[in-house]
Amino acid sequence: MIINGVTIDATFAEAFPMKATRAIITAHNEKWALIAAQAMTGFATSVIACGCEAGIDRMLDPSETPDGRPGVAVMIFAMGGKGLAKQLETRAGQCVLTSPTSALFAGIDSDIKIPLGKNLRYFGDGFQIAKVINGKRYWRIPVMDGEFLTEATTGQVSAIGGGNFLVLAQSQEQALTACEAAIEVMQKVPGVIMPFPGGVVRSGSKVGSKYTTLNASTNDAFCPTLKGMTKTELSPEIESVMEIVIDGLTKEDIDKAMRVGIQAVCDLGAANGIKRISAGNYGGKLGPFHFHLQEIMA
Amino acid sequence: MSALTFTLKYQPKQRVDMSPLVCQLLQGKTTQQIAALELQSGKLKLRVDQVFDISGDDTQAIVIKNSFAKLDFIGKELDGGSITVEGDAGAYLAMGMKTGEIKVTGSVGLYAACEMKKGYLEIGGNVGDFLGAALPGNKMGMKGGTILVKGNAGERVGDHLRRGTILIEGNAGDYCGSRMTAGTIAVMGQTGRYLGYAMRRGTLLLWNQPQLSASFNDCGSHTLGFLPLLFNSFKKFNSKFADASVAFNRVQRYAGDMSEMGKAEVLVKIK
Repeated sequence: MIINGVTIDATFAEAFPMKATRAIITAHNEKWALIAAQAMTGFATSVIACGCEAGIDRMLDPSETPDGRPGVAVMIFAMGGKGLAKQLETRAGQCVLTSPTSALFAGIDSDIKIPLGKNLRYFGDGFQIAKVINGKRYWRIPVMDGEFLTEATTGQVSAIGGGNFLVLAQSQEQALTACEAAIEVMQKVPGVIMPFPGGVVRSGSKVGSKYTTLNASTNDAFCPTLKGMTKTELSPEIESVMEIVIDGLTKEDIDKAMRVGIQAVCDLGAANGIKRISAGNYGGKLGPFHFHLQEIMA
Repeated sequence: MSALTFTLKYQPKQRVDMSPLVCQLLQGKTTQQIAALELQSGKLKLRVDQVFDISGDDTQAIVIKNSFAKLDFIGKELDGGSITVEGDAGAYLAMGMKTGEIKVTGSVGLYAACEMKKGYLEIGGNVGDFLGAALPGNKMGMKGGTILVKGNAGERVGDHLRRGTILIEGNAGDYCGSRMTAGTIAVMGQTGRYLGYAMRRGTLLLWNQPQLSASFNDCGSHTLGFLPLLFNSFKKFNSKFADASVAFNRVQRYAGDMSEMGKAEVLVKIK
């Protein structure tokens, strides 16, 4: 398949089941809501070493938030429910509770509840106050700038992590420009996050390493400087490869994000140095979710 | 199906125990069976059809017409369904109500919604003492749900209140919120003496400055983030509380009762 001179490889992205949650952070203004959200979703690019993958789902208008202030919806993905709960609580406590004027609310409903402010309340040292409003329990924790208001729990849902595609370009600058264009449109798709810095990862990994202590290492088949010394996947004109990784609440969300992202890359086309779109997989043996690029773009 | 309607034929001289006429106890019964039920009135037992004309057949939507202030225990331990009372109601209305909805167009007597667990009670007129309270000797009053009073409330509103919300559009009498353990009482009108007497936790939300005892301490003026959520939750009610113009988030906060646990708060609207 070729779109605007860009070859779409007959391959697929291989993704895995994850557990996810969503939370809403509000603050006095958009600036401080965003600061709290960025802090909460920082150092969360990959479960390999961060314990979770997190990112901003979207900005929320005051009319969409529980307390009528500007807000940001964030999502956190982890390999299991226990790890997810731990990450959520730690991040909420260190990054949102501490952020001026912030409040924290559940962002997704589910039968499975995990603590949001349920245990953070003990920071109140006995001065905390519970309020049940419309059947939901909130905690008011006295803090130095007033009160930190947080919902007691949020929902935990089954989700998918590791959707991805690779942008193969003639130069580093062209690969980056294409990825930026893709991320801009993908960020508008609800229910997905692109957890890497700016949504783009330049150090895609393979499973395993020659060093036995490492469980992931550089994806040498896609490293342009190794074309002459490894079993490369790259043709001679490819000088730079960048990857976009997508975690989503459903397969459909990831499908949609990949489609608009790849389309944005293809719109730049071969004329702008974009040669191929590929994807990372492990031969289909590890992850149950397969995102076939040509099917998505059909 | 039309609402099961009980129209009072005459006003008995003695008080009438209406507790058998709740939705869950009437479910599956025919009109004849319902007519044959007995209601305690003083030392007499009166057949339902002696006191009421019965019409309709939907046992999950009960209407009591021509009701007056001697019909006690209406909606006792109601567990789903709705009861509409046209007129006044006696004491112990919605006592121990588990879920469902009760609406009274007139005024109500003592101990309304005492030890109520869940559900919604709306009183169009005034209500007597001990609204949402615990029964004498008990330590736990209303545990959940919402009460809306459009008129005035008597003394000891929410005595031993454990959880839930009481909204009063008019005035509340003395000892409002006494011995509260938790929950919320909002009063738009005036409040009486000894407000929050021996309150442990919970919130009294007031539109007018109360006469506070010395055991409540001023914590200053604040903008509280939970108040917009609370007022939003009132929007579903047919009430002045649903009007966005009455909402506020700027309050004077008083903590008390310092002679008790002292973790309760009185929030007074800053005008």
